[in-house]
Amino acid sequence: MLILLVLACAAMGIPLLALWGDGRRGAAMFIGFNTLTLLAILALAIQVLQDGAFTAGGGQFLVDDLSIVLVLVDGVVGLSTAWFSRNYMLHETVHWSLSRRRVRLYHAMFQTFLATMLLALLTNNMGILWVAMEGATLSTVLLVSLFRTAEGLEAAWKYFILCGVGLAMALFGTILLYFAAQKIMGHGADALLWTHLAAVRHQLEPQVMAIAFIFMLVGYGTKIGLTPLNNWLPDAHASGPSSVSAVLSGLLLNVALYAILRAKVLVDGALGRDFASHLLMGFGLLSLLVAGFSMLRQRDVKRLFAYSSIEHMGLATFAFGIGGPLASFAGLLHMVSHSLTKSSVFFSVGQAVQDVGSREIQRIRGMLEFSPLLGWAFMLAVLFILGMPPSGLFLSEFLIITSTLQAQPWLTPLLLLGLGVAFAGIFPRMQGMVFGAHQEGVARQSVVGIIPVFVQLTLVAMLGVFIPLTLVQWMQHAAQLLHG
Amino acid sequence: MTITAQGLAWGIPLLRLLAALLLLLAFAMLAQRRLLTLIHLLAWQGVVLAAGTALVALLTGQTELWFSAALTLGLKAILIPTVLHRLLRRLQVHGDVEAVLNIPLTLLAGIALVIFAFSLAAPITALTGPVTRGMVGIALAAVLLAFLMMITRRKAISQVVGFLAIDNGLFFAATSATLGMPMIVELGVALDALIGFVILGVFFFQIRETFDSMDLQNLEHIREE
Repeated sequence: MLILLVLACAAMGIPLLALWGDGRRGAAMFIGFNTLTLLAILALAIQVLQDGAFTAGGGQFLVDDLSIVLVLVDGVVGLSTAWFSRNYMLHETVHWSLSRRRVRLYHAMFQTFLATMLLALLTNNMGILWVAMEGATLSTVLLVSLFRTAEGLEAAWKYFILCGVGLAMALFGTILLYFAAQKIMGHGADALLWTHLAAVRHQLEPQVMAIAFIFMLVGYGTKIGLTPLNNWLPDAHASGPSSVSAVLSGLLLNVALYAILRAKVLVDGALGRDFASHLLMGFGLLSLLVAGFSMLRQRDVKRLFAYSSIEHMGLATFAFGIGGPLASFAGLLHMVSHSLTKSSVFFSVGQAVQDVGSREIQRIRGMLEFSPLLGWAFMLAVLFILGMPPSGLFLSEFLIITSTLQAQPWLTPLLLLGLGVAFAGIFPRMQGMVFGAHQEGVARQSVVGIIPVFVQLTLVAMLGVFIPLTLVQWMQHAAQLLHG
Repeated sequence: MTITAQGLAWGIPLLRLLAALLLLLAFAMLAQRRLLTLIHLLAWQGVVLAAGTALVALLTGQTELWFSAALTLGLKAILIPTVLHRLLRRLQVHGDVEAVLNIPLTLLAGIALVIFAFSLAAPITALTGPVTRGMVGIALAAVLLAFLMMITRRKAISQVVGFLAIDNGLFFAATSATLGMPMIVELGVALDALIGFVILGVFFFQIRETFDSMDLQNLEHIREE
């Protein structure tokens, strides 16, 4: 029941925001719905804590140790984004003179996006998972082009076509999965339920599953931004509102990787571990390296951090490719910490871009001087994303490197190279942006909007120093689930 | 899924014929220069799809597939082509499709893609019963041909037609190779297709408003620095 309650809380907001979601009222409603959703998610988490994994709605919905962790992150980042979006959008509305209709569209589409993300995580049906992913894409397309600039339109078109075609591949993979499942479970709606598929995964036809997995990897991989399918990602992050960049990086990429992980469990059963492992390791490492080197030549601050998202998702994908309880645990920890940290980065970057009036790194100078709290928020968030202790990313990267040394030692230098280059791409620029004297014409605004940054960074620091025992157990169980 | 021997005798050849028609239409779209004809071909593909779904419904006796066939006919053969047609007129897009590659070369590439699709689908085909043999290959070929069309065209509308043709190929895979996906999934997919189409329509007007043209060359300004 609680699963349905969570989804209802998230979905209820869509029509109401579409009708009345403009101005301050809309922002308040947006925060309200996300608070409700977070409360429902917490209740769900408590139930999972007591009863373990369970299904609902005649087996159509599922919550287990893997999904509950990501659902919790969704809830937290959703509420933070709603909070940040309030001040941010009030300013953007004036700056771009957005009509009331456009603001309603923004809130309704944003809520649709959050609801489809939750649906993707909570459904047990691999077909509905696809439908939810496609829904999430469609709802963010109009958000990317919200300001109707030439650049925004171009980015949104690219996003729509590339992700649309990518997801078409994932649908073909899902059809093939159903094709393989039919042989064992017969025709019917149950043959796409993940729990049923996982029960018979050793009997699924290996050849069909191999092709199905490749299609799903390419399809959902487009959404994760795995190289060479990452073309849309920096553009969409840079052109859209910063609140949208925060959830694209923080939530959408995670959910796409989650879809691949669900498929991986099935294909591991049919083919043995090596097949999916090698693919994930290859794609992950390639993304890490290419994104790292691309960062060196970025001049736009939002593009810089968009590439950083590709780098981190590549690292997480690589970790799941290494496999084994330790690396899978590290991969999950990395996903969670990255979500919380990267959305914080985008909140503070969004605010800084508004203050300065430009996205160019060269022009954003001396944040500590013109807005000390914002400067601190940005500096801490960036240090955390670079994997400085006590960030949770430090722990996860440490674990990933250790397990690589054990499992595939010759890949360690490449891994370190990627991380080093990414560090070199971000750290010096962060210094310039935070310290020094600021330029003329900075319009400093209220920093109320970036309060969630400090909350989220505290959570990330907690993940790095002392992870609550419940969370450790959930992630360990999830790692075992992924290990098969 | 059980099919009667009688059904096998006439139903399967008919399904194969429809599959062949689908592939033929995909090729025709690849070779077509005029936007208007392109949309007509897309509509015909929708008709073939609906007929294929109805045939599978008849052969297997699944009532929900009749619903699916009706939905396909309404959406893919009538509604979407009509709206595209109107858009074309309201936006006053004239003239030929500008292709990046010339047509004969594109067709040759298309033939290579079909061979590739069949060899990729060969291990799957080997496992299927007599009913669905070859269907996966044809569906995959139709998808890849639509892909090729998207890559080689510049106008926004022809890219959208390619996008919808990919959808058609996938839908054919779902109905003919697996004899129908679960209803809830099919409904979801149809809903997504519809929403996607509405968003595309909104897009057209935005692109038109901003650039005064539907040529996608206008959308090539973001450069890596």
